[in-house]
Amino acid sequence: MADAALGQEVAEVAIPTRAQVLVRMRLADKAFQYLTHAMALGVLGLLGCIIIALFIGSLPALRTFGFDFLLTQRWNPVTDKFGALAPIYGTIVTSAIAMAIAVPIGLLVAMFLTELCPLWLRRPIAIAVELLAGIPSIIYGIWGLFVFAPFLQAHVQPLLIDVFGEVPILSSLFAGPPYGIGTLTAGLILAIMVLPFITSISRDAFEAVPAVLKESAYGLGCTTWEVFRNVVLPYTRVGVIGGIMLGLGRALGETMAVTFVIGNAHKIAPSILAPGTTISATIANEFTEAVGDLYTSSLIALGLILFAITLVVLALARYMLLRVERRLGA
Amino acid sequence: MRASLYARRRRRNAVAMSLSLLATMIGLGWLVLILGVLLWQGLSGLSLKVFTEMTPPPGSDGGLLNPILGSLIMTGLAVLIGTPVGILAGTYMAEYGRYARTTTVVRFINDILLSAPSIIVGLFIYEVMVAPMGHFSALAGAVALAVIVVPVVIRTTEDMLLLVPNPLREAAAALGMPRAYIIRHVAYRAAKAGIVTGVLLAIARISGETAPLLFTALNNQFWSTNLNAPMASLPAVIFQFALSPYAEWQKLAWTGALIITLAVLTLSIVARAVTASKRPS
Repeated sequence: MADAALGQEVAEVAIPTRAQVLVRMRLADKAFQYLTHAMALGVLGLLGCIIIALFIGSLPALRTFGFDFLLTQRWNPVTDKFGALAPIYGTIVTSAIAMAIAVPIGLLVAMFLTELCPLWLRRPIAIAVELLAGIPSIIYGIWGLFVFAPFLQAHVQPLLIDVFGEVPILSSLFAGPPYGIGTLTAGLILAIMVLPFITSISRDAFEAVPAVLKESAYGLGCTTWEVFRNVVLPYTRVGVIGGIMLGLGRALGETMAVTFVIGNAHKIAPSILAPGTTISATIANEFTEAVGDLYTSSLIALGLILFAITLVVLALARYMLLRVERRLGA
Repeated sequence: MRASLYARRRRRNAVAMSLSLLATMIGLGWLVLILGVLLWQGLSGLSLKVFTEMTPPPGSDGGLLNPILGSLIMTGLAVLIGTPVGILAGTYMAEYGRYARTTTVVRFINDILLSAPSIIVGLFIYEVMVAPMGHFSALAGAVALAVIVVPVVIRTTEDMLLLVPNPLREAAAALGMPRAYIIRHVAYRAAKAGIVTGVLLAIARISGETAPLLFTALNNQFWSTNLNAPMASLPAVIFQFALSPYAEWQKLAWTGALIITLAVLTLSIVARAVTASKRPS
């Protein structure tokens, strides 16, 4: 009797606690879920906030100069007249130089890593390439300024001027005194910087090619180059282009490596040896010194333009890589 | 005719293969060259003084104590702010919203933010923090770095949680554990190494970032732990010193560059080791 009563008492005490615990657990569960959900949505909010903040910040400049902002190259803080053409031009030219060099070299390195390299060497080289990708851009900048630019000035640029001096179109491209710093130097540094990105993404793409495809091509008597050119490249085209675009996105937005060696001259020179400027270098160089709302606002407007360009490039890159992933998943 | 076609194909192959070997040698050569110069220039200036003295005025000797401290403070703060946000968002994407449409969109946007130009982040934080507050501050610098940490952590957290086998979650659910419990006590624990790797990679990423700090934390010639005032950081000091005409400053810039590179390389190698040690089990 006494035992049963005791048991009942215990049960009476325990049941409400258990219910409470369950309620508390359910609440905690929901709270945690909403918390994580909010954070995930916060990422979308972050992108939105960046765009809105940049847009609001650049309104004064856009209102004053209108569409002309994109089309003029005057950049005069004294008279408060600003145009974005020179930095936009510089950004595009340096990135073009970088891609023209880094894409073929990157693809060749990736080919070496997947087709030629002895197995035991593959991992070390791949890791080295990825470490190269992790080196902060300011290191490339300081190296470019103190080592690379003087080297180019002393050896490479005089040679270019001599060789192309007589050729009609190229002579204006390689005209002028060898400054060392300038558009070409910035493009070369960018090429070194994006090389690891392009290499590691195309290597991943090349490794995903089914062995059967390659083996059947070899079985038909193809050489390694023919297999690469006619089997591997077509099969991985979308992924490789995605990787290239990702590298392009980096090159367009890269700041520190370029700022050191571009020379910050707001003028479109026909010669790629001449100093120039890019959007990111202009912002980095002038933002803290910018006096007056219009000056600051013009720099933020430059940032908005850069963000818009890179968003499009990166979105395309991700879209292409996503397509590859889907195909591999299916 | 046949023989010549064959010879031509062989020749073309040989050319392509030598080009690829050459390209690899060039690529690796740059790495060696950059690290070599960095070691050469940086080591010659490396001494105890670098870690015990403040940045000098132009033309005299000194160290990098205040920028090192500033970098540590801002990086630490950025990780404190960015990591929880990143882990929670990654948790939603891998656990609650694994098949939700939101997740696909967030992943796409996050991947874009992952490689968005860091100078834009600096401008953004300037607009929303520095301009309203009226002055540059270490806090703004830390928040700018946190904005860069978040996408990295989200990416790795999601990837790592997706690798946790579902039977583990099902077993825990069968024991009556609520969802949040399963995530925190089973999924996180199983994915711990991966998540730590993500945080380490994020630290490596931000410890060399200069562009977002230039107009948020600015720079500071003096020792400062005030989060509400401008603070020195290694990258910003390197930027300032390298572009200066003074030999002592340039030397310090090289030494700072060496310190950052060693820190970043160590972090990436440790991050790799953490994942590698966990992979087989």
